[in-house]
Amino acid sequence: MPARHWPRFAGRGYSAAMYRYDEIDATLVAERVAQFRDQTRRFLAGELSEEEFRPLRLRNGLYIQRHAPMLRIAVPYGLLSSRQLRTLASIARRYDRGYGHFTTRQNIQFNWPRLEQVPDILEELARVEMHAIQTSGNCIRNVTSDHLAGVAPDELEDPRPWCEIIRQWSTFHPEFTYLPRKFKIAVTGAERDRAASQVHDVGVHLTRNAAGEPGFRILAGGGLGRTPIIGQVVREFLPRRHLLSYLEAILRIYNREGRRDNIHKARIKILVRALGIEEFRRRVEAEWREIQQGPLAASLTLEEPDIERLRSFFRPPPYRRLESIDPTVGRETAFRAWYRYNSAAHKVPGYRAVFVSLKRPGVAPGDITDAQLERLAELADRYSFGEVRVTHTQNLLLADVEQAAAYELWQALAAAGLATPNIGTLTDMICCPGLDFCSLANAGSIEVARRINERFDDYDYLYDLGEIELKMSGCMNACGHHHVGHIGILGVDKGGEEWYQITIGGAAGDEAALGTVIGPSVEKSEVAETIARLLEVYVEYRHPEERFLDTVRRLGVKPFKERVYAAPVAA
Amino acid sequence: MPRQLLLDGRIIVDEWRTPEEIEAQGESPGVKRLLPLERWLAERERWLELAATVGVICAPGDHVESLASDLPRLALVGATFTGPGEGRGYSQGRLLRERFGFQGELRACGYVRRDQVFLLARCGFNSFELPQFELESARAALATFSAAYQPANDRGLLRALRQRERPHLS
Repeated sequence: MPARHWPRFAGRGYSAAMYRYDEIDATLVAERVAQFRDQTRRFLAGELSEEEFRPLRLRNGLYIQRHAPMLRIAVPYGLLSSRQLRTLASIARRYDRGYGHFTTRQNIQFNWPRLEQVPDILEELARVEMHAIQTSGNCIRNVTSDHLAGVAPDELEDPRPWCEIIRQWSTFHPEFTYLPRKFKIAVTGAERDRAASQVHDVGVHLTRNAAGEPGFRILAGGGLGRTPIIGQVVREFLPRRHLLSYLEAILRIYNREGRRDNIHKARIKILVRALGIEEFRRRVEAEWREIQQGPLAASLTLEEPDIERLRSFFRPPPYRRLESIDPTVGRETAFRAWYRYNSAAHKVPGYRAVFVSLKRPGVAPGDITDAQLERLAELADRYSFGEVRVTHTQNLLLADVEQAAAYELWQALAAAGLATPNIGTLTDMICCPGLDFCSLANAGSIEVARRINERFDDYDYLYDLGEIELKMSGCMNACGHHHVGHIGILGVDKGGEEWYQITIGGAAGDEAALGTVIGPSVEKSEVAETIARLLEVYVEYRHPEERFLDTVRRLGVKPFKERVYAAPVAA
Repeated sequence: MPRQLLLDGRIIVDEWRTPEEIEAQGESPGVKRLLPLERWLAERERWLELAATVGVICAPGDHVESLASDLPRLALVGATFTGPGEGRGYSQGRLLRERFGFQGELRACGYVRRDQVFLLARCGFNSFELPQFELESARAALATFSAAYQPANDRGLLRALRQRERPHLS
């Protein structure tokens, strides 16, 4: 038999290595569309009140927003095939105003669909194995993961099969669909936590025990919002076959004992804090032992064939045997900068993971047009085995690009406005949609982002500043994760005016910490100047190779605060 | 018109009476009496002595564990839903069926609508108090989904629910 031939920069004709629906999945999603179509019909006919329709539509990702409904579509653990991208492009064009918005939880939102058309959109999504199930509402949300899953050199084990196991278990879970509040799970399998798992309701870390057996470290009680808290370890090591029974135990304790009297105190983090981690752990472990003696223990236990079945979907694509090269040799500065900032190491020699920046100055962070989605689908087919990933920093990723193809890909991305060379820098901001779209927001975060981009348009300066995570939320709900930004910006309302509270020293990932407020909030026109002053202090005091975050941690807030408030800001 | 409800997939007349109804209608021999859990726990000796037919209705915050040893003597246990977002009853139902082996009528009371009955049935509920105009549509809603991902309490009505075959379980 002749060797299978893959075109140069293998891609076209290859189906992305991702979970594929079988008859059970397809049936469930189709029946959900029918159910939601009926619920929408009843609402429009006046048979369901707004109060009654609300929890139903939310569990299908449908918010009623400032301008129109907003539909949030699940991208399970951030994986998209080129075929799915084309469908999203088509939906953006026909039902929206030609663009979509990627979120910090690896989902995509459309801001302009009409309510009566949502069932049709869901039907089109179902054809490409997509849905909007449980993307909002007080239930278990879309499970998120490491965008470098399967390709990162520091990976212990691929988290994606486990994400899919959790996705299926949590979908229409009969007991946990009406929780006290939303519930977010992140799974990570690498040394470095790139999924912000410590600020999730539950964080699942793939690990090994002293005997070398695979299992999980389980964290609970992390979260942002009004009361930001870093998650704590509930169990150091859980044998992997027990993942689902253990999650059921945690969820059952939360469902029964989490507060339901105050929406701001209803997340699991408040329960964990009120009980203390010791008592919370004791209750979870007691519940878990009961479940294991119960009639469903065997059904909840994952055996090797179950795990193997899910693993089989995520086999490595047919990589070519290549030598590692440096594609920047002899190339222009712009490409060198892009390659340095917008690509990451790959575990297979000759390959690179390439970021597609959605942080172009003048465009809302995370936004993408229908034409860009389509172009990206072509590029994914040509250069990255037909797959695109969503990062939790609101960028996209082509995970499996041959180093030798990087230059060609860069040219194509640049022509499509997707090669802004700013990944990991100050202008790679995380930002919620703000009051331009969201009915909750106090702040026009997109406008603030634009002003910051204008102020910091010198790439030499940005690169000199190095790695800085700037995160901005338009309100206390913290969709922009401002608490864990190296620099955080929070929109607050003061007598009907937009003001901004600045924090520094926060971090996500392994070094997770909550930022410290530097002082009184500032006016919109002062935000960019305030950030400039913070960075001045950093540049003056930093040690060689020291990141902004580390300088803040070494010096504390004081010198930064003094500089910011020393003189009035000239607007 | 007597109050109807959905029991085991059939629309039937509810034979059970709340304390308020009994007070209004007068005691009658053999009346099927519903009592709140709190009251049952306070008065259980008396009712057991009378060999009365009693069903116990739990409030969302009640611990069904306190009922465990009484379950063989109870023909009905109910969980109350106070509004569209209340979800503790789903856990109460599963615990009653799976942990404490309750075999009698498990009733969902209060705010119960057709959009909840499928999930409730998977948690072991076989009896549903509903607005009278929703009885038929709620019965149809028991077939909202024909498959499921996770193990649950799929007895009776949902026995035909499809799940993936898992060789090690067969």
